[in-house]
Amino acid sequence: MLGDNSMILGHRLSELCGHGPSLETDIALTNISLDLFGQVRHYFQYAAKIKGAETTEDNIAFLRLPNEYKNTLLVEQPNTDLAYVIARQFFYDVYHLLLLDQLINSTDKQIAAIATKSIKEVKYHTRFSSQWVKRLGDGTAESHEKMQTAIDYLYPYTADLFKETPLEVSLKEAGIGADLTKIKESWLTQVKSVLEEATITFPENPYGHVGGKEGVHSEHLGYILSDLQYMQRAYPNMTW
Amino acid sequence: MKKEWPIWEVFIRTKNGLEHRHIGSLHAADSTMAIENARDVYTRRQEGVSIWVVESINISASNPSNSDSLFDPAIDKAYRHPTFYKLPEGVKHI
Amino acid sequence: MQDLEKDFQDRIDRGEVIEPRDWMPEKYRKTHIRQISQHAHSEIVGMLPEGNWLTRTPTLRRKVALLAKVQDEAGHGLYLYSAAETLGISRDELFEQLNAGKAKYSSIFNYPTLSWADIGIIGWLVDGAAIINQVMLTRTSYGPYARAMVKICKEESFHQRQGFEIMMTLCNGTAVQKQMAQDSLNRWWWPSLMMFGPPDAESTHTEQSMKWKIKLKTNDELRQQMVDVTVEQAKVLGLTMPDPDIKWNEERGHYDFGEIDWEEFWQVVKGYGPCNKERLAARNKAWDEGAWVREAAVAYAEKQAAKRTQAIAV
Repeated sequence: MLGDNSMILGHRLSELCGHGPSLETDIALTNISLDLFGQVRHYFQYAAKIKGAETTEDNIAFLRLPNEYKNTLLVEQPNTDLAYVIARQFFYDVYHLLLLDQLINSTDKQIAAIATKSIKEVKYHTRFSSQWVKRLGDGTAESHEKMQTAIDYLYPYTADLFKETPLEVSLKEAGIGADLTKIKESWLTQVKSVLEEATITFPENPYGHVGGKEGVHSEHLGYILSDLQYMQRAYPNMTW
Repeated sequence: MKKEWPIWEVFIRTKNGLEHRHIGSLHAADSTMAIENARDVYTRRQEGVSIWVVESINISASNPSNSDSLFDPAIDKAYRHPTFYKLPEGVKHI
Repeated sequence: MQDLEKDFQDRIDRGEVIEPRDWMPEKYRKTHIRQISQHAHSEIVGMLPEGNWLTRTPTLRRKVALLAKVQDEAGHGLYLYSAAETLGISRDELFEQLNAGKAKYSSIFNYPTLSWADIGIIGWLVDGAAIINQVMLTRTSYGPYARAMVKICKEESFHQRQGFEIMMTLCNGTAVQKQMAQDSLNRWWWPSLMMFGPPDAESTHTEQSMKWKIKLKTNDELRQQMVDVTVEQAKVLGLTMPDPDIKWNEERGHYDFGEIDWEEFWQVVKGYGPCNKERLAARNKAWDEGAWVREAAVAYAEKQAAKRTQAIAV
């Protein structure tokens, strides 16, 4: 789940590489993507070890069925424009940081170790995306409008972040996973504070989309997977 | 309206104990962004532990056409260098 | 004026390095802007054919390697634009020249990447060719350009290895993979030789560029170097060079090779290669769609600065 979030978000960011608004921003977004893929590899290598037998990080990354990917709906949303990219990143970063902050105390030593390493990276991501929310929100009239639109559009997808699945509940009870109910409040406080500075109106929409973490995705994931899985599906059982 | 992000000069300290050195330049809208961009552009391979950025227009430089008068007078001041002074053989730790 | 130019040439002949604020002939400045910006554009446009495979890498390891490589190219473009900017032209102006189709970039990036093997080939051949050129340029007479080259060469050393490793894996793989590798070499070999530019006899800039040490070896010398190293490497891979005329020449101490199709080269240079239009369109799209973002950042910076000034005034 954690690995899938990082992978799908990292994948979305990698689509932008070479197409950013400035060279500096292009490089920065790719750095975030690389951080995320680094985390993916840690999670998947660990998962592969648990699964044992012939499983590798690549089997997990590339050869599952669509409903076996458990990323949240938020991270699979497309790069409509940079405001969407930043809004998606910002919502996720704030959540990701709070989540890792709990996972560093996970009773699973390996997960705690990955969280401890990742948290430094995600702190930077959060700072970066918060800054950009403010820049775009409080920049020009045009950028303000675009930022507001993106925030309004993506906010309903954040519901998926906090909807606890049965698996998450059992992991929480075992002391391995995080307590999402605790995270939600801090998340709201932080998001509201940045949006306020960015002169963006907080979207008061009570309805949200859920399902990603249980494998029920938006239409976008299918296309992501057809790219992601292309080589492994077209040329099965080969070494690359 | 069309304004280019200003140029910033980037100085990196590669590790504590060493001075910051000029490493290159980049574009950024403000100093916060300049530091973040410098981090992303110039420290991807662990090149630094500290970053300074200065907007290029704030740097004053000596004029190369004055180089003669600025730097040549130092040429014949050999007495500022230790090799100017003679020591008898066998004297150590000086 | 005459004396200044003579002094300048003497400095270069003595192996001195020219720095931004030094006096330089207008033509030296212009030539450098042209060459450095072409080089920078090549890095930036060069991100596109490889970027085409960023979402389709076969493994996670390949994914991070390719992402880091394409990102490096953005960095290298940035270093080079910075070097050009020391000559009194802005990055925006250079981008505008590129986007308007007025500036050149390496013709190789107008070829399509059709298979995963093409990513290996770009690393092996295209970066291989670039490295030959860039190592020479670390000793070029203009300081900022030479320094950018040193940094680039240092970072780029992994690029070619990354490509060769992909090729090696394919060549040690299944028959399908080996065929993919061979097919890719067949398509990219000749265009990669064209990267060194027209033959010396037809090269308009070579003589002056050599005099100013913007170039230290001629196009044909560099091309020969490329052929010599690649033929040996292809043997290691077990691939067949797509040129029946390649033969060791004992007397010259080099490999002979066949005639290059210069007609094709000029066609691509003039904008009629397989992907010229797509590449330019992609650059224009990124630039145009990024405009509001760049403007927003400036507006935000100005607002923040005004707030600070106000705070001080109070």
